[in-house]
Amino acid sequence: MTISIDPQKTNNESLQPKGWLRYFSFSLDHKVIGIQYLVCGFLFYLIGGTLASAIRIELASPMSDFMPRDVYNQVLTLHGTIMIFLWIVPVVNGAFGNYLIPFYVGARDMAFPRLNAVAFWLIPPSGLMLVASYFVEGAAQAGWTAYPPLSITTPQSGQIIWILSVLLLGGSSIFGGINFIATIIKLRRPGLKLMQLPMYCWAMLGTSLLVVLSTPVLAGTLILLSFDIIANTGFFNPVLGGNVVVYQHLFWFYSHPAVYIMVLPAFGLVSEILPVHARKPLFGYTTMVFSIMGIVVLGLVVWAHHMFTSGTPPWMRLFFTIATAFIAVPTGIKFFNWVATLWGGKISINSAMLFSCGFIINFVFGGITGVALAQVPFDIHVHDTYFVVAHFHYIVYGGTVFIIFSSIYHWFPKVTGKMLSEKLGILHFIITFIGFNLCFAPQHWLGLNGMPRRVAEYDPQFQFVNQISSLGALLMAISTIPFLINVFLSLRDGIVAGDNPWNALTPEWLTSSPPPVENWEGEAPLVEEPYGYGKQFSEGK
Amino acid sequence: MLNKNIYLILIISLVFAISFWIGFNVNLLPAEASINAPIYDELFKILFIIGLIIFIGMTIAVIYSLFKFRKRNDQIGDGIALEGNLSLEIVWTIIPSIIVLLIGLYSYNIYDRMGGMKELNHNHEMMSSNSEKIWAGISQTSDNEIAINNLSIEVSAMQFAFLFNYPKGNFISGELHVPVDQKVSMKMESKDVIHAFWVPEFRIKQDIIPGQPTILNFTPTKVGKYPIICAELCGPYHGGMRASIIVEEESDYNEWFNKNKKPEVNL
Repeated sequence: MTISIDPQKTNNESLQPKGWLRYFSFSLDHKVIGIQYLVCGFLFYLIGGTLASAIRIELASPMSDFMPRDVYNQVLTLHGTIMIFLWIVPVVNGAFGNYLIPFYVGARDMAFPRLNAVAFWLIPPSGLMLVASYFVEGAAQAGWTAYPPLSITTPQSGQIIWILSVLLLGGSSIFGGINFIATIIKLRRPGLKLMQLPMYCWAMLGTSLLVVLSTPVLAGTLILLSFDIIANTGFFNPVLGGNVVVYQHLFWFYSHPAVYIMVLPAFGLVSEILPVHARKPLFGYTTMVFSIMGIVVLGLVVWAHHMFTSGTPPWMRLFFTIATAFIAVPTGIKFFNWVATLWGGKISINSAMLFSCGFIINFVFGGITGVALAQVPFDIHVHDTYFVVAHFHYIVYGGTVFIIFSSIYHWFPKVTGKMLSEKLGILHFIITFIGFNLCFAPQHWLGLNGMPRRVAEYDPQFQFVNQISSLGALLMAISTIPFLINVFLSLRDGIVAGDNPWNALTPEWLTSSPPPVENWEGEAPLVEEPYGYGKQFSEGK
Repeated sequence: MLNKNIYLILIISLVFAISFWIGFNVNLLPAEASINAPIYDELFKILFIIGLIIFIGMTIAVIYSLFKFRKRNDQIGDGIALEGNLSLEIVWTIIPSIIVLLIGLYSYNIYDRMGGMKELNHNHEMMSSNSEKIWAGISQTSDNEIAINNLSIEVSAMQFAFLFNYPKGNFISGELHVPVDQKVSMKMESKDVIHAFWVPEFRIKQDIIPGQPTILNFTPTKVGKYPIICAELCGPYHGGMRASIIVEEESDYNEWFNKNKKPEVNL
């Protein structure tokens, strides 16, 4: 009983390039596409990181002296857009989703391999277009939120290219979402029940539902915005009777769920990593599933907490406060469950484990400031300040990016067949953890004391704290060096990993490293207990 | 077993003690200069302490697990095959729910004390027509009070400045002067893009939106000069879009007001 595979695909097999060239081809192999997503995302991460460094250099002094003010606004707009749409969303969804989901459901590929390849190949051109818009007439400079009327009045070409690029990336994301839902629901190996799936499948199912439900709203909104810019319509243009607050509602209807699109897959990944290295079953599987679905439902009805100072009626503020704060409950359950997973385990302190634990600590901090920000009276003071900047970097960097690195350390042996160096990995973790906290923890204080976000110049009394923050950013930049050295050295002469270096139980480890094109030589294994540590595997290594 | 529980209780009390100590002794906020500010700081302190307890507790749990349950070199095999514990999971569903609900109710109470729950969109003396929709920020007063003894100011924001119109004196100022301990009611509107009016020492902020006036009321309590900061990205000079609010004794304010007052011009 094997899963039927796209017949076209097997016929084309001989035509597909082999070796490293396949990563530059329109490959239909989910594993190749996964790596394409990851490497492409990482290249954009380096660009986005360079822009972040430029921001921190500018902010090391209170004057606007490093770059022109309009360029600064372009830099912060590109930094946000690249990090969200070209690094975090494609990597936690596209890269790991494509690589892992077919293994986890026991399939030989995704449900729609061609759509999958299209979804990936939309990303490089739209990303390059976005970066290149800087050389046209200047890139978009209205922030990644592109609030009108600012986005209507700033130079048009940059803004239009930005819209086009985000529309393409959104399309890529929707294609991916449809593919994941179809694969998880329809391509499960016979005999594999939904409640036996590894947790990452549930996270991706929830995330993909959010993608499919909310991304079209962003697409529609941006199309209307582009009409306002190029065709002089008045949807959001107050001069023509448009309403700017309506744009904010529509934008955040996507962009708050987008936070969960960036974070839920990380929740799934950490649920795979912790049990393996703690040698214990994932604590509370069922509550984990329900809390993911709870976050999906609540995540769709909290958007207006981004607009507490925009002019919203009091009842609306109250509703969104309560709804937002309640997301802390299912999220909290997951964190307690992860700590309970560690409790009583036999924990290997390695790079993957350290990054995962760093994730827990950072995300709890970001979650706490998130609950505070959900309270209207609290938010009114710190909205649009560096407090918010610090908060969401604790969520997306301290949370998701830490998990991306953790996942790379965890799955590198499977993907390449080589082990990464633990010494360099731990060094990478230490520099990243210290640099990250040094960079973003002081920004909470800046926000509380009067530094707004998205400014190129600020009150000189904040200079010292900003310099600490910039020092942290420097450490974060340096931390990529041991990581890159590690990856290249290990690729060349790393220790051979073998099929299952971690003695893990999930299905991707029950095949060779790297896996064959059709994932398993024979039939897909039926893994009924992906977290059965301490049971059948107790003999261990 | 008893010994273990004693340690647990000791650690939990220590976490609480440290959190309360930090919460009461570390001040992360700027000076308090309006009626709003002490109310805000009360909420901040409570959230800060609860947050510290959770954060320190979780961090200790993670680091303790890493040390206590780390794999020793001579160890083989797996940890205990514990897949869950329903009563424990119910506990950590219900307790956070209660905490979140209590925080929500408490912050509702804070917001109400700040005047945020009052409807402000009618009977305003500065409104030009009844059909005009005005969305309030924080109000500190009821509408009747506004009409009787409030200082009314019209704020217009533009790239990259604030202008303060004193209708009673028939003049426009680039600096906001207000008398101490008197309610100020501002109707704000933007001439171009979205801006925001933020005075950190007052703990208030409200977006200034083109085509949609907003209202912000406050009562300063401390004489001094405070920054007015634009908090919404509004263009290249956003970081430089600042003004000052000068809170002064009533006599000083009147002197300033009379100096700038212009006779009404009848067309």
